[in-house]
Amino acid sequence: MHWTYLLVLAACLCATVPLEFVFQVRVLRRPVILLAALLPELVLFLSWDLYAIHAHQWTYDPRRIIGVILPGGLPVEEALFFLVVPVCAVLAFEAVKRWRSPRMPAPRPAPSRRRWPA
Amino acid sequence: MSYTELAVTAVVLAVAADRWVLRTRLLYSRDFWITYVILLFFQLITNGLLTGLRIVRYNPASILGLRVAYAPVEDLAFGFALITITLCCWARLTAAAAPAGDGTAGPS
Repeated sequence: MHWTYLLVLAACLCATVPLEFVFQVRVLRRPVILLAALLPELVLFLSWDLYAIHAHQWTYDPRRIIGVILPGGLPVEEALFFLVVPVCAVLAFEAVKRWRSPRMPAPRPAPSRRRWPA
Repeated sequence: MSYTELAVTAVVLAVAADRWVLRTRLLYSRDFWITYVILLFFQLITNGLLTGLRIVRYNPASILGLRVAYAPVEDLAFGFALITITLCCWARLTAAAAPAGDGTAGPS
C-alpha cells in the first residue's frame, strides 16, 4: 500500500501531539523555536540520508511510498520523518519534564525584551 | 563510509554536542534518559514496521547484519543521535529564550 510509510508517520504524531494539550507543554505553540531547534538535525540527517541513498546503503520500496521523490532521490516521507520524529521527541521530553515536576509553571510566551521604561 | 561507521560517528557528534558544543549536559539528566527509554520503545515498534514491512531496505554490505526488531542495530545509534541532537538544540534554545538562574541549560 502506497500510504504505508505516511501512515506510520501519522501514527507517531497521533501518539505525541495530545501531549501538547494534556501536559500543556507549549511545544507546538512555540513554532519558531521548535523549527530553529530542528534545523541542525535537519541539515545533518538529510545530508546523511542523501549520501546513503547515493551510496545505495538503503532503498525504499516504491510500492509503500506515495511516489513523490524530492531531489537526490529522497522520498517525501523520508524528509517528513526528520520533521515528525524530532517533534515527537521534543513533545515527549517536555511531557516527561512536566510529569516529573508538575508544579513547574508552564512556559509562558516570551515577554517583551523591552527594558523598563526609562 | 558504511552505515555502521556513520552511525558511530553520529553518536560521537551527539555526545560532543551535548558535552562541549552546546553544553546542555542532557546526558547527565534523568529527564533525558526517561524520555529516551520511552522513545526507544516506540522506535522499536515504528522502525520494526518500516523495516519488517520492508518499506526501507538495507544493503547488506553497509551494515553489520545484527538486527533488533527487524531493524539493523545501526538504527539504534541513528535514533539515539537524532533524538540527542534535537533535544540538545531544543534545550539550548529554550534556555536562551527564557534566561533563568545561572543561564545554563542544564537539567531542571
